[in-house]
Amino acid sequence: MSDAAAHAALEQLMRDDRARIIASIVRTTRDLDLAEDALADALAAAATGWPRTGIPEEPAAWVLTVARRRAIDRLRRRTRDDRSDAALAELERTPSAPPADGTLPDERLELLFACCHPALALDARIALTLRAVARLTTPEIAAAFLTSETAMAQRLVRATRRLADSGIPIEVPSPEQLPERLDGVLGVIYLVFNEGYAASGDAPRVRVDLCDDAIRLGRLLSVLLPDEPEVLGLTALMLFHDARRATRVDADGLAVLLEDQDRARWDRARIAEADGLLERALLVGRRGPYLVQACIAALHASAPSAEDTDWAQIVALYGALLELRPSPVGELARAGAVGMRDGPDAGLQAVDAVRARHPDHDPGRVAAVRADLLRRGGRTDEAMAAYETAIARLPAEAERAFLRARLGELADQ
Amino acid sequence: MRYMLLLHHPEELRHAPGSPEFLAGVERFNAFHAELARRDIAWDGFPLQPSPTATSVRVRDGETVVSDGPFAELKEQLGGYYVIDLPDLDAAIEIAAMVPWAAEGTVEIRPLASLDAPELVSPQT
Repeated sequence: MSDAAAHAALEQLMRDDRARIIASIVRTTRDLDLAEDALADALAAAATGWPRTGIPEEPAAWVLTVARRRAIDRLRRRTRDDRSDAALAELERTPSAPPADGTLPDERLELLFACCHPALALDARIALTLRAVARLTTPEIAAAFLTSETAMAQRLVRATRRLADSGIPIEVPSPEQLPERLDGVLGVIYLVFNEGYAASGDAPRVRVDLCDDAIRLGRLLSVLLPDEPEVLGLTALMLFHDARRATRVDADGLAVLLEDQDRARWDRARIAEADGLLERALLVGRRGPYLVQACIAALHASAPSAEDTDWAQIVALYGALLELRPSPVGELARAGAVGMRDGPDAGLQAVDAVRARHPDHDPGRVAAVRADLLRRGGRTDEAMAAYETAIARLPAEAERAFLRARLGELADQ
Repeated sequence: MRYMLLLHHPEELRHAPGSPEFLAGVERFNAFHAELARRDIAWDGFPLQPSPTATSVRVRDGETVVSDGPFAELKEQLGGYYVIDLPDLDAAIEIAAMVPWAAEGTVEIRPLASLDAPELVSPQT
């Protein structure tokens, strides 16, 4: 047995089974740090042992068994306290070896619900989920959220301790609690995705990976909870958005509107995957906000151009979305779609109605939507004033640069 | 796990003992305790006298300083506590939400730092 073969087997194991092994140990000990240390011990043992003894038949089961044993050793060496006593008792009580067929227990769902527990602060939920379930390292998470490694490490230590000390259950919630808690998990995943998506124009090198991680989490959850339409809907929604990643920003870093994006460069494999998830979700027959948003994204993805988009259907879907989850953001999106369906004047009327209902809502965003409709309607002076307001108010540089370019075009006319 | 539930409650909503509102409150707590008994949940706990009865003591440089009133003047004051034995935080959240004062104040859940505390015995009455 060569070192290289053992090394390759270990690498594959880290890729495919790490989260499962961690989840299994955390479930018994409630201690994420201990689980990671024990896994590191087991991997070190494999790295030195396997080249001599050969790769065991079930490498993941071997590593889990050794990691559990090392967790027991570590607990025995610790200064005794109530918590390690309880963890030790639990480890010794539960069977030490995985089932004979070598299949690993899959407790990642339990771990995901624990990491996204509402008793944890939102930033702690995100950090824990990325580390424990999405397998990111602390430096990677720190880079993704533009914080220092020290600060992120502290956040993780606090969150890990809270998980253990507060008795946050590492369980799938009861059926009564499931919808609400699942909504929390989906919220964390979508936040991770949006963090990556929003930043992909600004700093593509460090942050776009968060989109991939969020999609991986969505896919995992789609396997673990295959009959939850919102899980499938969110995963499809993220895939639809991500399919457009390459066309959202031009070579100069300027935002490109949906209507101007090069549809030939949209990622068809991702769109096909999303369509498949959507079909499954619609078969279940319950609808939720993520599923409706995924339906809207699907219509965009299948349209040959902005003009040849089923805007009537999109307006109707925004109506359905607003019934499920009323929000000024959704109302504004619906007004924009009305502008595409019935023309700029109808769109402006719809935007003004939103403005009347929510006078304080995001003036920069409202101005940007109005500017576009005014430009389409040929009302150049009003459009220029609206662009200036939007540029002054919106925070994202890629978008501001785009709006400045539009304003420049109007000024040249 | 052993949890303490700290009942923070606006004191203007506490009623004079013997008044109909007070008796209605007692009824609600009795119903809560009956529900705990029905679920076979062991607990301990007491209501506290309102905060004007509080005395705060600090020892600084060997000197004992006694002052009138609670630790902090807040809108919601500690008005009672339970110690309760439950499997995990979700169970504690469920029970905390059933405490009658949760609808008027805030129930803070704190895990006890030690598991060596004496066994809880459910009050028989």
